[in-house]
Amino acid sequence: MTKPVLRVQDLAVRFKSFSGGLLQRKERWIRAVDGISFELHSGETLGIVGESGSGKSTLARAILGLLKPSRGRVMWLGEDLTTLDEEAMRQRRKELQIVFQDPVASLNPRMTAGDIIAEPLWTFYPNMARLQVEERTRGMMKMVGLLPNQINRYPHEFSGGQCQRIGIARSLVLNPRLVICDEPVSALDVSIQAQIINLLKDLQKKLGIALIFIAHDLSVVRHISDRVMVMYMGQAMEVSQKTDLYLRPLHPYTNALMKSVAIPDPKLARQARQDSWLTGDMPSPYMRPKGCIFHDRCPYRVKRCEADVPALRRMESGDWVACHRAEDLDLSIQGASTGSLG
Amino acid sequence: MTLLEVSGLEVHFDTPEGVVKAVNGIDFAVQEGETLAIVGESGAGKSQLVMAIMGLLAENGGASGKAEFRGRDLMQMTPKELNSVRGRNIAMIFQDPMTSLNPYLTIEKQMTEVVMHHQGLRREEARGHAVEMLRAVRIPDPEERIRQYPHEYSGGMRQRVMIAMGLLCQPDLLIADEPSTALDVTIQSQITQLVGELREKTNMSIILITHDLAAVAEICDRVIVMYAGVAVECGSAEDIFYRPQHPYTRGLLASVPRLDRVLDDDLHAIPGNPPNLLELPSGCRFRDRCSEVMDKCVKKPPVWVSDGGRMSRCFLPMEGGKVAPEPGSQKEPSNHLDEANPASPADGEGAV
Ligand SMILES: Nc1ncnc2c1ncn2[C@@H]1O[C@H](COP(=O)(O)OP(=O)(O)OP(=O)(O)O)[C@@H](O)[C@H]1O
Ligand SMILES: Nc1ncnc2c1ncn2[C@@H]1O[C@H](COP(=O)(O)OP(=O)(O)O)[C@@H](O)[C@H]1O
Ligand code: SF4
Ligand code: SF4
Ligand SMILES: [Mg+2]
Ligand SMILES: [Mg+2]
Repeated sequence: MTKPVLRVQDLAVRFKSFSGGLLQRKERWIRAVDGISFELHSGETLGIVGESGSGKSTLARAILGLLKPSRGRVMWLGEDLTTLDEEAMRQRRKELQIVFQDPVASLNPRMTAGDIIAEPLWTFYPNMARLQVEERTRGMMKMVGLLPNQINRYPHEFSGGQCQRIGIARSLVLNPRLVICDEPVSALDVSIQAQIINLLKDLQKKLGIALIFIAHDLSVVRHISDRVMVMYMGQAMEVSQKTDLYLRPLHPYTNALMKSVAIPDPKLARQARQDSWLTGDMPSPYMRPKGCIFHDRCPYRVKRCEADVPALRRMESGDWVACHRAEDLDLSIQGASTGSLG
Repeated sequence: MTLLEVSGLEVHFDTPEGVVKAVNGIDFAVQEGETLAIVGESGAGKSQLVMAIMGLLAENGGASGKAEFRGRDLMQMTPKELNSVRGRNIAMIFQDPMTSLNPYLTIEKQMTEVVMHHQGLRREEARGHAVEMLRAVRIPDPEERIRQYPHEYSGGMRQRVMIAMGLLCQPDLLIADEPSTALDVTIQSQITQLVGELREKTNMSIILITHDLAAVAEICDRVIVMYAGVAVECGSAEDIFYRPQHPYTRGLLASVPRLDRVLDDDLHAIPGNPPNLLELPSGCRFRDRCSEVMDKCVKKPPVWVSDGGRMSRCFLPMEGGKVAPEPGSQKEPSNHLDEANPASPADGEGAV
């Protein structure tokens, strides 16, 4: 196998926050990302899934050097991005791009679609001829399914899905080698979500880029991912090949997330509700449970889970899981054996 | 018993670009104890429909039609009367709980004000009542947590607080406008479960508004599908989920990514985008995106075709039922035949 383009090693990000009144101000730390490691090859898509606040966006920003990690390395083509100075990092940015969650809010309302898409070209190639910039911009618009004659329109004249296409065109205009999409479809209507997922999948195939696709819903990343990482409170619970994960999740939390996905079928949905069991909220980030961080919500916990932290370890299948009971639990999805699910 | 009956409801907004007809003649009824889902893409008119009923339209908006709540027309009420109905009989929950909760007041303050104002309870009583409601929506440790501020709650807990506040005055009708759209799946599923429980334990009627059909499959009795300001299909949950008629409803169902299905190469998407209400296509409003579009769909808007309890606005024959009339072959309100004004409303008669 080829060498991975991205190798994230034991990456951690902490945020300082304060509590109490002015007089007894107490300093507290949130461990937003807490020791994440994974590898990514070009042409590969990693899905990252977790509840709100699990650290997905923070991880994305740390990988792109938009946040300073408190620990760990981000190896990009063999070079540690966390040690680069600002100017060197600026140069790498050409290769590393991000698409944001809220398509409308993330676009400058006073710039035309064309200007938004072309802006990175001006920034990195200030001497590029106008005509060439425009040609490239129109080409990008066509590629993401926008009409090139809409080049002079403003964001508010586009729908949410179209705004997301503008964001995608902008992220691709410099021919990046890695694109991180941070919940690119969460703010879109279900009917439009599929358009954007299919578009990203096609583009990735065509351009051979490495893609990280973040979502809070396992059903959304299934179509586009080769592997999926499930995050909980800043840590990876499971990193599995897609074909394995959707057939037989290894971690009880993955299983819980799968059961939270709504089914558009009244009978099946009511049935599924009967055996869904993810109760309670994610604990406060200041009070991380001891032992397995998922233990207070886990129906499979045993004595040991309350004291020992389960390490993320490699299973025979090559998938990774952080659960003491991964070998003895069978979380296979019912009905999966009959179809070629996965 | 019919609790709310809406007929011929229209909503329009004056804008610099022209008059936007956000809702174009909608009829429906909500029975006592019934859960009705109103489903459609953003911009379909779902929110403005209920805002009009509740008298909460923006300054530049106007509405006509009837909305009879227990026989009294909400559209004819004075702001004061409406306010009292909103406090006692109808509760509404909005999409973003953070914007509807006051960040500077404790949950206790916000909850007790409501009941003290509308039901004239004393503070102690009101507090007990509020704690009880928080417990009902599964806020852990409600006696303690009622003293906290909104930012100390998670997103899901805030939305549950909103529901608890809505329930405080024991409304006859709860209207929830995308109560879980901004939330992640686990919380969405908790909220769905909570609404499902309310539905079973109380005789409250519920109107659920959403763009995600999957989210309501479990809990709704009936569904209205809206597109670009009109209702395009209506039926029981079983009809809509197992025997969808309208191509738009079918498209919505097919675009839900499902974990219980074999993986296709591509997800099904409805092509294109919802139309601009100021530049509606002639004929069927959905025709630019419809995979079954025919010549006649371009010429005339299809009318409501009813077959028993279900209706569809499409020229395709209803499955196992009636064939839609040819354009012009059936009695239609005269403005439907106005070729010069293809954007004219295409509503048929009969309450849903
Ligand atoms: N600038 C900041 N200062 C303090 N805490 C922060 C900051 N940014 C994020 N956090 C905290 O870090 C944790 C992880 O946040 P993050 O935004 O990465 O979550 P997420 O998984 O992207 O969630 P969502 O699905 O809601 O986008 C949360 O507890 C959050 O409150
Ligand atoms: N104050 C307003 N002025 C002009 N147009 C408006 C106003 N409020 C809503 N609209 C328009 O009405 C239509 C329906 O909106 P809405 O009911 O909010 O849709 P949704 O189905 O997403 O809830 C949209 O096209 C929207 O842009
Ligand atoms: S380690 Fe224990 S508590 Fe944690 S997920 Fe596994 S079984 Fe559950
Ligand atoms: S009337 Fe025609 S265009 Fe409209 S939904 Fe039916 S088949 Fe499609
Ligand atoms: Mg995020
Ligand atoms: Mg709305």
